[in-house]
Amino acid sequence: MTTQAPPLLRVNRVSKWFGEIVGCRNVSFDLHPGEILGVVGESGSGKTTLLRCLSGKLEPTSGGAEFLSKRHGPVDIFQLGEQDRRRLQREEWGFVHQNPRDGLRMRVSGGANVAEPLMSLGGRHYGQMRRATTDWLERVELDISRVDHKPRNFSGGMQQRIQIARNLIHQPRLVFMDEPTGGLDVSVQARLLDLLRELVRDLQLSAIIVTHDMGVARLMADRLLVMKNGDVVETGLTDQVLDDAQHPYTQLLVSSVLQL
Amino acid sequence: MSVQPTAQAELTAPLYNFAYLDEQTKRMIRRTILKAIAIPGYQVPFGSREMPVPYGWGTGGIQVTASIIGRSDVFKCIDQGADDTTNAVSIRRFFAKIAEVAVTESTAEATIIQTRHRIPEKDLQEGQVMVFQVPQPEPLRGLEPRETETRAMHAYEEYGLQYVSLYESVSAYRRIAATASYPVIVDERYLMSPSPIPKFDNPKLHMSPALMLFGAGREKRIYAVPPYTRVRSLDFEDYPFETQRWDDVCALCGAEESYLDEVVLDDQGNRMFVCSDSNHCGERRAEGHVGPMADHALAGATS
Repeated sequence: MTTQAPPLLRVNRVSKWFGEIVGCRNVSFDLHPGEILGVVGESGSGKTTLLRCLSGKLEPTSGGAEFLSKRHGPVDIFQLGEQDRRRLQREEWGFVHQNPRDGLRMRVSGGANVAEPLMSLGGRHYGQMRRATTDWLERVELDISRVDHKPRNFSGGMQQRIQIARNLIHQPRLVFMDEPTGGLDVSVQARLLDLLRELVRDLQLSAIIVTHDMGVARLMADRLLVMKNGDVVETGLTDQVLDDAQHPYTQLLVSSVLQL
Repeated sequence: MSVQPTAQAELTAPLYNFAYLDEQTKRMIRRTILKAIAIPGYQVPFGSREMPVPYGWGTGGIQVTASIIGRSDVFKCIDQGADDTTNAVSIRRFFAKIAEVAVTESTAEATIIQTRHRIPEKDLQEGQVMVFQVPQPEPLRGLEPRETETRAMHAYEEYGLQYVSLYESVSAYRRIAATASYPVIVDERYLMSPSPIPKFDNPKLHMSPALMLFGAGREKRIYAVPPYTRVRSLDFEDYPFETQRWDDVCALCGAEESYLDEVVLDDQGNRMFVCSDSNHCGERRAEGHVGPMADHALAGATS
């Protein structure tokens, strides 16, 4: 095996306790540039807690996560001050929520939602930002004539597309996704997954995708992390984990997928 | 058992402390004002008191005025630019009664000018204090309802969000359509709402020789623009800031450069434009300036 580029994110024994209740326990992994990591497991297994910790939204009880930042070089995101962490989140990360209402500003138009990250990074030229916005709406296959409509006037799938455009327009290096296709019907889900996969490959993004849907994991992820009760019970290449599950829980998880 | 005051004391002692507020409260508000002046544009929290008028009628401005007013001050109060509207008359009477200060309608004579909607047309001088009654001190509130989040944004100077409102405006109207409470950056640091003054008045904040104090009673915030401070209105590179303009002149005094109110005269579509600053208009007419409808009945009412 040839020498690889250094990992983009190096997670070292991250634990989060809510009092006596465990969120996630001693999670460690490396994420390489351009790699997509899927985190799977049942409800309450700690997937989202882990994602919230790694994206700097929640302070872990212990552990560290070193991110290879453009601005700072390798930094432990939990050691950064609030100002630097917020800047890192703004400049180099994206976060796609399961519910677009959590990730969008519902009071302003879809176009302004997509353009906001540009303004947060100092964009002050309306015409340029407008062009970037319409470009991105095209890329996520939305009707440009509806750019000024409020998010509530879009369907769930369209709202999710707006949210994805908003999180990719500033060309982040790492995108966190929490059940990005969770609330959508199957056909919309399939199209959105297709789009996401294409964008992620085109942009050479790294991503951490939390999902309970094995189909999403199979389609999107290069590697999988299987969680149960806050512990990582199995990890490996996606096909390996899904086709030849070692841990009994993973076997149960894989076998419980409905076959039509 | 409380001690009954003698009949003599009841007759001579004032019913309220000077300028209504007790001295401890005034000290607290003065300390807040000093901090606000030290950090131009920063919203300083303060313990807003119950006032004898409802929130929304200028309680923030009244508390600021009550804390800084002294017996030698000359007080002017305007509402929508006019000295003779109900709220302005009531607040002026309040201070005439409670602080026994001289009151005036003349911008030049006043040492303290309390206002909600306007900055007078006449240039302000050193030593004058403008007191603004602010309904919503937080310019980001309409876009970000969480106070914890807006505080962090101010602390870290993350003002990209404010541009979202401008972006919305341009995409809807092809121009920045906001006309009042137009957000400004004070001394290239803090984002500030200049209260609901028209954006026509925003340039008057920039490098003004007068001290500008902003009091929000319900929201419990005081902020300030010290004299000779840079104040910049936000805009886009391709959509620069601009103020309102009118094709008409003031119908009474003929002023071309002042902020004009439109007055509907009848249901036949007749209307007139008059200076919103009643003192400015009156002074101009006294100097002999004549507008196209100078003999209108309104001329008598506002002079």
